Amino acid sequence: MRGVFYVLSCLAVMGLAWWAYRENYATQESLREVGRLQAEIAWLRESLAVQRAEWAYLNRPARLAALVALNFDRLQLLPMEAGQFGAIGQIAYPPIGGALGRSVTLSSDGEGAP
Amino acid sequence: MIRRPLRPLARILSARARGENPDAIERENRRLRQEAQRDRARVLAEGRLLMLGVAFVVAFAAIGARMTVIATAEAAEPRAAASGDAIEASRADIVDRNGRVLATNLVTHALYAQPHQMVDPARAARALAAVLPDLDPAALLRQFTEPGRRFVWIKRRLSPEQMQAVHEIGEPGLLFGPRAMRLYPNGAEAAHVLGGAGFGREGVSAAEIRGTAGVERAWDAWLRDPANGAAPLVLSLDLGVQAAVREVLGAGMRLMNAKGASAVLMDAMSGEVAALVSLPDFDPNGRPSPLVEGDPSDSPLFNRAVQGVYELGSVSKVFTAAQALELGLVGPETRINTQGPLTWGRFRIRDFRNYGPHLSVTDVIVKSSNIGTARMAMQIGAERQQAFLRGLGLLDALPVELSEAPGARPLLPRQWSEIAMMTISYGHGLSISPLHLAAGYATMVNGGTRVSPTLLRRPGPARGERVVSEATSAIIRRMLRETVTRGTASLAEVQGYAVGGKTGTADKPRPGGGYYSDRVIATFAAVFPAHAPRYVLVVTLDEPMETSGREPRRTAGWTAVPVAAEVIRRAAPLLGLRPAVEPAAADALIRVRN
Repeated sequence: MRGVFYVLSCLAVMGLAWWAYRENYATQESLREVGRLQAEIAWLRESLAVQRAEWAYLNRPARLAALVALNFDRLQLLPMEAGQFGAIGQIAYPPIGGALGRSVTLSSDGEGAP
Repeated sequence: MIRRPLRPLARILSARARGENPDAIERENRRLRQEAQRDRARVLAEGRLLMLGVAFVVAFAAIGARMTVIATAEAAEPRAAASGDAIEASRADIVDRNGRVLATNLVTHALYAQPHQMVDPARAARALAAVLPDLDPAALLRQFTEPGRRFVWIKRRLSPEQMQAVHEIGEPGLLFGPRAMRLYPNGAEAAHVLGGAGFGREGVSAAEIRGTAGVERAWDAWLRDPANGAAPLVLSLDLGVQAAVREVLGAGMRLMNAKGASAVLMDAMSGEVAALVSLPDFDPNGRPSPLVEGDPSDSPLFNRAVQGVYELGSVSKVFTAAQALELGLVGPETRINTQGPLTWGRFRIRDFRNYGPHLSVTDVIVKSSNIGTARMAMQIGAERQQAFLRGLGLLDALPVELSEAPGARPLLPRQWSEIAMMTISYGHGLSISPLHLAAGYATMVNGGTRVSPTLLRRPGPARGERVVSEATSAIIRRMLRETVTRGTASLAEVQGYAVGGKTGTADKPRPGGGYYSDRVIATFAAVFPAHAPRYVLVVTLDEPMETSGREPRRTAGWTAVPVAAEVIRRAAPLLGLRPAVEPAAADALIRVRN
């Protein structure tokens, strides 16, 4: 009886040791993974900041003004004026024909076709 | 344990037989027993002391070993703890009120050399000079071959292309350190507000960014505080409006041959500055160094709207009129004696032209009569005038969030005498900045509550303490509107925005004393729409000269006013102001009823 008890506790100790050994390595692996992910997050944040800076740089007012002047023939953009404010009542309703009406028809066609 | 008896029978009997005292045997045995006990106790105590000593040695050794490990090991962040947005090492961004980026960080690299690791210093110096043309190869080689030198900074910032080119030199002694760099993507827009940033303490793997001027410096601690997370600093500026105002003001400055110009566009209720321009300006990405000689106000770094304190002239008359109305000394139609010249001691106060013997208070403002304003000031008195101007915040440095603001104090007369009071009433003898003026006008027209200017977006409406009554504010608004419809600022009419405003033309003081006859500061302080004020605009031109007529014209009505009108025409739609039909003047209705 006592022998069986000794053998069982020996086996239990061995099992627990093996489990602790495995857990240790799994933890280390997870920590490495976390470190890798954090480095990746930092790298992505950095590139996000670069993208935002680039977006702001490309949309700086001076450049947009230059582009507007350059493409005046096609776009005909002018500074916004007081006369461009309108009242709701000035908008025709329901829209008859026009771009809006056509686009509605097209989208419903697309829905019907599989 | 075997106890030895104190009186062993054998020895007692034999002692008795010898006729000795058996008690001596007992004493002897007692002594021996005590000695044995003492020895045992000592051994035990010594053992305990030894144990204690060992325990201390082990404990101290453990602490020492741990300290050595901590001292010598590379620092590592706790990796197991999850890091969210909280850890963001870099300086916070600055954005405008709509979230457009005004200042952000960019990671670049700094280049340094470790000469003792170099393979071929001569070739490295030549190749570096080819990549970075601003470096001198001879000087580089001298630095690389200097005996005992182990470290040389070569360049603080490299572009990615330059970095690649330096990599391709293939010299192991050339190394890169990461550098966060402050970037202002919009260039010179809002340059004076942002200020600029430079490097503080510098190491190989990082450098600290420090604000050198403007908001960057005033909010340096906040911007660097990691506790704010990734939250940006939100300014009250609107980038689109700022760019439009700067463009129009720059064109106006060139057209009017002015040497400098400034504009302040402020929300009349909250004091939020929507645009603040000072020309000439600079690019904060490469902030120029301050002038070492000459007048610092000639430098592009000088912020005319905040640091520039000028005698702003007739624009200040509104404050005098408002106080006279508030005190009940006059009404808008009270006749004021404007017979000139007004003589006070050896001083004579004149008007631009003779306006006849009498003008109503409204007309004193509309036609801008110095004499009429000075007469109102005489009724008010110096003490009350000073208290009123202080209440408006015109006699103290601005509380605005710029590092330059506390240094830009208004210039007051040494003694607030009668004549000082009279000249201050029409804007001479008291020097204030355009931003002061804008805040003062906002206070006058917004219903009479004090406005303190701010460059940060305010979360909600904040009304200051009351300075003048609602009724006085309404009268002032009507006077300003009439100045535009039939007075000195007739060129300020902008369809749909009912501009009201007051012009001011002040001769510039000579450095030696006295005034220039042909150099002026032309100012126009405007409010729009005058019937329901939303924004206050102050445009100042330094030494303008309008040359379309037969002789050059310098008055604000011909110089600052048309520029301001163009600014309003461009900026008001961008601010989302719908053009509105002006309601019929209320006083006209009253007159009809009478």
